[in-house]
Amino acid sequence: MITINELYCKGCGYCIKFCPRHILEMGKERSQKGHFYPVNINEEACTSCAICALMCPEAAIEVTAKEG
Amino acid sequence: MPSYKRPGALLPMSTGYCPGCLHGLATRLVADAIEELNQQKNAINVVSVGCSALNLYSWCGDDIGAAHGRAPAVATGIKRCLPDRLVFTYQGDGDLAAIGLAEIMSAANRGENFTVIFANNQTYGMTGGQMAPTTLVGQKSTTTPYGRDPVTTGYPLKMCELISVLEAPVFVARYALNSPKGVMDAKKGIKKAFELQLAGKGFTFVELLTNCPTNWGMSPLATLDYMNTNTVPYFVPGVYKDKEGGKQ
Amino acid sequence: MEKRFMKGCEAIAEAAVRGGCRFFAGYPITPQNEIPEYLSKRLPEVGGVFVQGESEVASINMVYGAAATGTRALTSSSGPGISLKAEGISYLASAQLPAVIVNISRGGPGLGSIQPAQSDYLQATKALGHGGFRAMVFAPATLQEAVDLTYNAWEYAERDRGPVLILMDGCLGAIMEEVELPEMKVLNYDNTEDWCLARVGGREDSHMITPILPELALEMLNKFKGMTYKMWEMADVKVEEYMLEDAEYVVVAYGIAARVAKEAINTLREEGFKVGMIRPITLYPFPKASLDNLDYNQVKGIIDIEMTVPAQMRDDIELQVKGRCPVHEYGRSGGILLDDEGVYGAISDIVKGGA
Repeated sequence: MITINELYCKGCGYCIKFCPRHILEMGKERSQKGHFYPVNINEEACTSCAICALMCPEAAIEVTAKEG
Repeated sequence: MPSYKRPGALLPMSTGYCPGCLHGLATRLVADAIEELNQQKNAINVVSVGCSALNLYSWCGDDIGAAHGRAPAVATGIKRCLPDRLVFTYQGDGDLAAIGLAEIMSAANRGENFTVIFANNQTYGMTGGQMAPTTLVGQKSTTTPYGRDPVTTGYPLKMCELISVLEAPVFVARYALNSPKGVMDAKKGIKKAFELQLAGKGFTFVELLTNCPTNWGMSPLATLDYMNTNTVPYFVPGVYKDKEGGKQ
Repeated sequence: MEKRFMKGCEAIAEAAVRGGCRFFAGYPITPQNEIPEYLSKRLPEVGGVFVQGESEVASINMVYGAAATGTRALTSSSGPGISLKAEGISYLASAQLPAVIVNISRGGPGLGSIQPAQSDYLQATKALGHGGFRAMVFAPATLQEAVDLTYNAWEYAERDRGPVLILMDGCLGAIMEEVELPEMKVLNYDNTEDWCLARVGGREDSHMITPILPELALEMLNKFKGMTYKMWEMADVKVEEYMLEDAEYVVVAYGIAARVAKEAINTLREEGFKVGMIRPITLYPFPKASLDNLDYNQVKGIIDIEMTVPAQMRDDIELQVKGRCPVHEYGRSGGILLDDEGVYGAISDIVKGGA
C-alpha cells in the first residue's frame, strides 16, 4: 500500500521513474502547494517494494506491506 | 515484505529544497540512520553554509550552525567536549572542498571521532550556480559560462580520494543518489559511519553525489541521466577506505 | 591564595584554568606562544581539552563548538591572528555563545612586527568582526590584574552570552611578576544551562544554536544587544582614577602605557605639577563618565598616551571632552616600546609649556 503525502510531494517524478511495476503516474490535480503529484493507477500490482519511498527526496511516500 | 515509514527523526515539515533536489534525499537518509540507531535525542547536527544549511530545520536532535567551511572545526570542539553524543556535519562541495578545505583535511587527519556527510552537487546552489571545486570539466555554471576550462580553473576535486590517503580516517566512501542501488548503498554507508563513530573508532566520511536541477538547468529526471553519463564516471562511487573492514 | 612568580602569558593561562576554562584551541603566533604551550601541559591535568588548530580560523571555530557545549573555552592570538578570528568572533556574538579571547598585541598593521604594541585598540573596541556587535574588552596593566580579569572573564561572557576580549600587549605577555593565584573554581557541568547543547542524551525538545536568524529575530537580537551594551556602561565599567582631584593635566592611558605614564606623573608631582591619570581597565565599555565629569575649569589639557601611532583611543576621549580642553597625544609604534624619558618628556613639554 502506497500513501503519498501531497503536502510534502514536489512532483519530481522519481517514484514514477523507478517503480519497477510502473504503477504510478503523474496526476492531473495540483496540491495546495501547486505541484502535480503522482497517483497510484494499479494498486493491485504493487509489491510494496518501497523503491518509490526510497527515491523520494521529500520523504512524502510511506509504504505498508500488504497483508498475507 | 518491505515497508517504509517516514522517519520520526525528520521533523514534520517540507524540506526547503527545490523539486527533485537530492539534498532532500540525503537529508532523509541521515534521518533514517539516526532513527535506526535510536539516536534521535543524541544526535548533534553541525550545519554548514549553502543549500546544505536548508536542513537546519529538518532533524530532531540538536542543531548548531557553523560558519562557511568551518563545520569540521566546530564539530571538533563539540565532540571533544561531548564524546558520547553522535556528532555529524552535513556539508556541500563549496563549503567542504573550497573554503573549508583546510578544516576538513585537518579534522580528518586528526582522526576526529565524528562523521562528515558530504553532499556533492558540483555547484554553489544557494548563491545561484557558480563554479564549485567539484564542477565537472566542460560543465557550465554562472562563472564558467563557456564550460569549466581546466587550463584556468583546474580539475574537479576528488575528496574521497584525497581523504582516503590520510592515515587516521576509518571509513571513507562515495555513493551516487541517482539510482535505487546507490541510495540503498548510501543508506548502509551512513549507518555504518555512525556506528563506527558510536564505537569510538574515529573519523568517518560519506560523500553523496547529488544534483541541482535548478542551477544545472534541467528537469529533475534529466539530472539523474546527466549524473549517470557525466558525474558518476568521474566521481567513481565505492568504499575508498574501511579500516575496520580491512580496506586501507 | 597561592603566590607565584610568573610570566604574563603563563599567568593568564593558569588564571583561565582556575577560572574554569576546560577547552583551548589556538595557533602559534608570537608573542603569545606561551599560552598554548602552557595549556597543552596544564589542561590535561584538569580533564580539559587542548587542540592545536590548523589555523586561527579553525581554532576560533573549535572554541565556538566547545562553547556551544557549555564548556568554558579560550583562544589566544596576536593582532594578525585576531583578524583571522574575526569571522568566528562574529559568529559567537550572533549565536550568543560565551568565550574568552586573548590578544597579546604586537606592532601592526599587516604582519607588522613581533614586538609589543597597543595597535589593536580600534579593532578590539569597534570591530572585532563584521555585523556590528561589541565585546567587553579588558585591558590589564599588571599581571595580577591580568590574572584577576581572566579568572572572572567567563562570568561576564556567560552572563551576557558573548565573546569577551582580554587585550594585553606583548610586553605584559613577556614580563615576569609575582601574582596571587585564586582558588580553582568548581563548576557543575552536569547542570547545563538551557542555552547550550545538553551534555548527555539530549533533551526532549531539540535545541538549535544558530548564527543565522530571520530578519525580525535578528533585529530583536540586535536591539537586545544594544540594551546590553548600555547596561555595561552603567554597571561594568572598570577604571583607575589616579590623582585626579586637583589635576590640571590628565593623562589617559591603558595597559603598559599607563604603567610608564604613572612613573612620569609621579616624577612631575614631585616637581610640583598637578598631573593625574585616567586608566581605562575596560576599554569597552569605555569609562566615559570619568572623562565627562572632569572639572574643565580646572583641567587644562588631556594627554592620550598609547604605544601606537597615531593614537587610537583619542576619538573615544574627544567624544567625552567635547572640546572643553585640548587633547594631546604621544606614542611610539611599530614595536618600539614607550620609555620613561620619552613619556616624561612628552607630558612635561605639555605641562610645562602650558599648551
